[in-house]
Parts: sequence; C-alpha cells; structure tokens
Amino acid sequence: MNYYLRRTLRIPATILAVATLTFGLIRLLPGGPFTQLRIQLLQRGVPAEQVNARIEVLQNIRPDAPLWQQYIDYIIGVVQLDLGQSISLGKPVIDVLARALPWTVFLVVTSTILMFVIGVLIGALQAYYEGSRFDQFASGGSIFLMSVPYYIFAVLGLFFLAFQWGWLPTGNASARSIEAGFTVAYLKSVLYHGALPIAAFTIGGIGSTALNMRGNSIQVLGEEFVEVARLRGLSDNRIATSYVAKNAILPMYTGLLLQVGFRLGGTVVLEEIFSYPGLGYYLIQAVNANDYPLMMGCFLVITVTLVVAVYIADLTYGLIDPRISAGDSNAY
Amino acid sequence: MPTDADANASSDDLDWRSAASEEEVSTRDRLAEFYRRSVREPALVAWSDNRTRAGIVILSAYVAMALVDVFGLWRDASPNQSTERLLAPFQSLKYPLGTTQSGVDLLALIIDSTPFILLMVLAGGVWATSLAVFVGTISGYKGGRVDTVITSISDFFMAVPGLPLVIVLAITLSPENPLLLGVILTINYWAGLGRSIRSQVLSIREESYVEASRTMGTGTLRIIRKDVLPNIMPYVMVNFVLAARYTIFASVGLYFIGVLPYSGQNWGVTLNNAYSQGGLFTMQALHWLLVPIVAIVGLAFGLILLSQGMDRIFNPRVRTRFSGESESVEETDDETTTGLM
Repeated sequence: MNYYLRRTLRIPATILAVATLTFGLIRLLPGGPFTQLRIQLLQRGVPAEQVNARIEVLQNIRPDAPLWQQYIDYIIGVVQLDLGQSISLGKPVIDVLARALPWTVFLVVTSTILMFVIGVLIGALQAYYEGSRFDQFASGGSIFLMSVPYYIFAVLGLFFLAFQWGWLPTGNASARSIEAGFTVAYLKSVLYHGALPIAAFTIGGIGSTALNMRGNSIQVLGEEFVEVARLRGLSDNRIATSYVAKNAILPMYTGLLLQVGFRLGGTVVLEEIFSYPGLGYYLIQAVNANDYPLMMGCFLVITVTLVVAVYIADLTYGLIDPRISAGDSNAY
Repeated sequence: MPTDADANASSDDLDWRSAASEEEVSTRDRLAEFYRRSVREPALVAWSDNRTRAGIVILSAYVAMALVDVFGLWRDASPNQSTERLLAPFQSLKYPLGTTQSGVDLLALIIDSTPFILLMVLAGGVWATSLAVFVGTISGYKGGRVDTVITSISDFFMAVPGLPLVIVLAITLSPENPLLLGVILTINYWAGLGRSIRSQVLSIREESYVEASRTMGTGTLRIIRKDVLPNIMPYVMVNFVLAARYTIFASVGLYFIGVLPYSGQNWGVTLNNAYSQGGLFTMQALHWLLVPIVAIVGLAFGLILLSQGMDRIFNPRVRTRFSGESESVEETDDETTTGLM
C-alpha cells in the first residue's frame, strides 16, 4: 500500500483508539468520572429516577444499556462531533472547544516555530565559532535554559513584566473591549496578550534546540563531503546552507514531531497561568468543576490536534528529506 | 586434559582470546579488576570533568537535604512558626530562607518535600527508561511481526498528549505515593524514547561484529546484552536524566496549577501558594516565589550537568585516557554553576 495512504488511514485508527481510551476512563475505571458524575448529580438534588436520563444528556451514553451499546453510542456521538453537554458552562462541549482550539494552536505553532528558528541560528553560530567565547557562553546558557521549566519563565514574566511594571497584560487572549474580527486593533490586542505566554514557551525550548543544532553541525562540519565542497571552491554561503545546515537540521526535524506533542500537553500549565482561553485552560476549568464531559472532550480534542500535527509534520518530512520517499519512510 | 592445555596454548599465542586466559585469574584478582574497570576508572573520568563534578555536588546537596528531613535534623514546616510574615531571606539565622505570608519557615518547606520529590523523580526515570530500553531493543533487534506490534503500540502512546492524560489519570487514581506518581507522570514518556532507541538498535544490528556474533550462533539475549546495550548505554543514561527532568517539570507544573492531589507540602504546592495567595503583587513576596523555583531549577541543573559529563564515562575513547588529561573540553560550565548557586 502507498505510504501516504497508509499514513492517512492511521489517523482515524488512532482517533478511534483514543476515543476508546476516554470511554474506558469514563466508564470502566473504579471510582472514575462516570461514577462520580452520578454521585454529583444525586448530591445536586436530581431525583434518583432522573439521574440516568441526565447522564444520557450530559455524556451521550445510556447508563442502563449494555457496555457494547454504550461504547457504540459514545463512538457515534464522537463521530457526529457530539461530545455531550458541559455541566459547568451549560453549553455543548463541542462549541466550547471549537472556540478554544484556535488559541491553543496559535500559541503552540508560533512558539514552536520561534523556538526552532532561534535555536537553530544560535546552534549554527556556535558550531561555526566552536570553542570561542561566544560558544562557551551560549553552551552554558543552553544548559541552564534546559534546567528551567517554561512555566517558571511564565511566572517570573508575569511577576515582573505584568504585575510589577505593568508593561504587558496579566491574562486573557485579547482585550474585552475590542470586538473580535480582522481589524488592526483586534490583531494588535491578540499579539499584545499573546506576547508573554509565547515568549515564556519559546525561551524554555531554545536551550535544547541550540545544543542539538550545535552538536549536529559540528559533526557535519567534520564530514568529508563538506571538505570536498570547499575544495571544489563552492561559496561559503552555499556550503553553509545546502551542505551543513540541511544535514544538521534534518535529524532534528523528527525530534520536533515529539516536541510538538510535549508542547501541546504543556499548554495546560501555560494557559492556566495566563488564563488564556485555550484547550488547556478549559481542561483545568473542567477538572476543578468536576465537569467530566468537558474534561473528556478537551482530552479528546487535544489528542486529535496532536495526531493531526504529527501527521502534517510526517508528510512534510518527505518534502524536506529526499531520502525519505513514499513507501520507505517507516523502515527506520 | 587436552582442552585445558589447548586453551592455555592458544591464550599464549593469541592474546585476543581473552576469554580463555580469564579462567586463570583468581576471584580476588577478578574482583579487583572489576573494581578498577567499573568503579574506579569511571569515577575518575567522571570526576575529571567539571560538569559531572558540579552535577554530583549539586545532587549530593539534595540527597543531604533528604537525609536532613528523614533524620529530622531541621524543624518541620508548620503555619505561624515565625511572628514575622514574609521575612526576607538571609535576614535571620533562625529562618535562613525567610518565611511565607503565614509565617512558615521556607527552608523547612523545601527540606520537607525533598525525599518525596527525589523518590518520585527516581521512579519516573527508572520506569520510563527501562521500559523504553526493553521495548526499543526488542523491537529493533527482533524486527518482523514483534516490531510491527510494538511500534503500533508505541505510536498510539505517542499520539496521546502526556500532561492531559496524567491529569485525567490523576483525577481517577489520586496518586499520593511518590513512586506511583512518578510512574503515572511518565506513563507515556517511554514511547518516544523507545522509538529512538529502536532506530539506534536498527543501525547497530547491521554492524559487522553483531553479524559475526549471530553467525557464531550466540543467543539473542546475549547479543543484546553484550553487543547492543553497551553501545546505546550513553544515550540511555542521558535520556534517563532527561526523563527525570521531565518528571520534575511535569509534577511541579501540575502541583502548581493544583491538579495533583497532595497531602503535604512540596515545591510545586509552595509555588502555587505563593502564586495564588498574593505573592505576585508585591516585591516583598518575591523570595516566596524564588525559593521553590531555585529548588526546582537546581535539581534539574544538577541532573543535566551530570548527564552532560556522563557521556564521557561510557564513551570508550575517553575512558582509556582516564587519568585526567582530557581536561581540555569546556571550562565554561564552572562559570554557569557558580552563577546559579
């Protein structure tokens, strides 16, 4: 079978598997959300005979049906984008998530690109001036950056830049007074509010990217083909871009796929700190409010986003690395 | 006994067959040899590197803090310990790191949670790396159907975002035991790591000496143990540290946003309290934020320094010249260490 076709078919398979996992968490774990939802409804004074009906509305599962029936109901609901009703917000889960998703994607994509570009540039410079004062300083700095979690930058940024000096906003994705839409004022407000979270998330990843790039470049610089290129009299620019940079970045690109995954999970903490209305923020809201339908919905959507992101990255990998052509790429 | 004589003769003629000559060595000599090769030389190589040295010193400080707590050498943290609230650090000998808004001794808070954090980090690192090594070597070396099955499973776990999964699990399981918590935090960390170990094993498998072992009929387990594992060991050690770092970052982050259940205090909870009880609004409260931050960053920094230097212990080329002449590598890291501590 064609690689791209196989790779595409794997998406629905993975999503089905994850949906099954969320179903299992709701339904099967002892003392899990489903049981707790029942207790919670009873405590709220919902009459016992109505509890099942309420659960059915909230979670699109019929609690009295056999397990396989419940599973099929749940999966059909997911396929129809019906993730149940949020208890705390009183809205369909899918509506809440549809508004939250773009913010999370905005944060992750912007900061990951920035992190990658800045890290690669620093690492390349370090490798080029290996052993120099700059290299030593940057290596030390990278090691230090690697040992600071991104939310520390977020907290310190919030403390100094937002609360003490008042340069940047303390939360939200845009100013409330400005109407959403493609207006200059709105976009400016979005960037202004996104600056701190994005900066915190970017700085946290620069260290390891730079160290990786430095190592790879130094290795490539020592290879024979670079020497040959030099002997052939190719220009420095040509050597730097199409010989060294290309071969040093390629192995990092696969690592980037994993990074996207960790970073998507990481937005939970980031968005909570900045009250940034993305998926992670709603996940925590849901957790604090015992809002299980919303919680499971967030989990599912974060996973689907991740699966799609990795898929896109996988496909573009073939475009960047000619060695990986269709069919052969999952051999290693 | 012709075989014995043969062995002796061959060991005299061809000293590359060291397996034969080892039979003659007494147990005591062998122990001494073992000590020299596995303990003393690595230790010397490790100590000769500034990064490892700094890493070991930092980590020992944490272990010392854990011991202080276990033997009860410093008072436990409790509210209203000091009449002075938000006392700045380094002002009084009684409260070296200052106090919180409710007058809790910050040093006591930090020390109290060290054993918990160390256990959790150890559990997370050991679980994630050993599972990854197991899965990666088996699937890389065996190939075929085994590989397909393992790869599909780890693909699935790679597709599930770590922290949200941990949050959902934390709700259902409420883990308060540090060991269990460490395992849950890295519940799907092994998948990505196993994947990259697998690709390393794939290339090692093609090496001529592995090929040779295989043609000689050596068993799979022995090949993996003798030929494959030593080659990926540096990579594994570095990744053990990265997994440990991930465990710290994830746990503190989740405690910080108040998702994990907790019975006592720990660095993340302290940070959370500082953050949510007004620590952000005044400069006087800065140390309340900074003390747990320094504790977290220090531990991660020690681990990373150790891993950076660890490469050298396992790298055979460096190990042969163990006597410390390989000092030329970077001296920078000393500066960063002093800068931090």
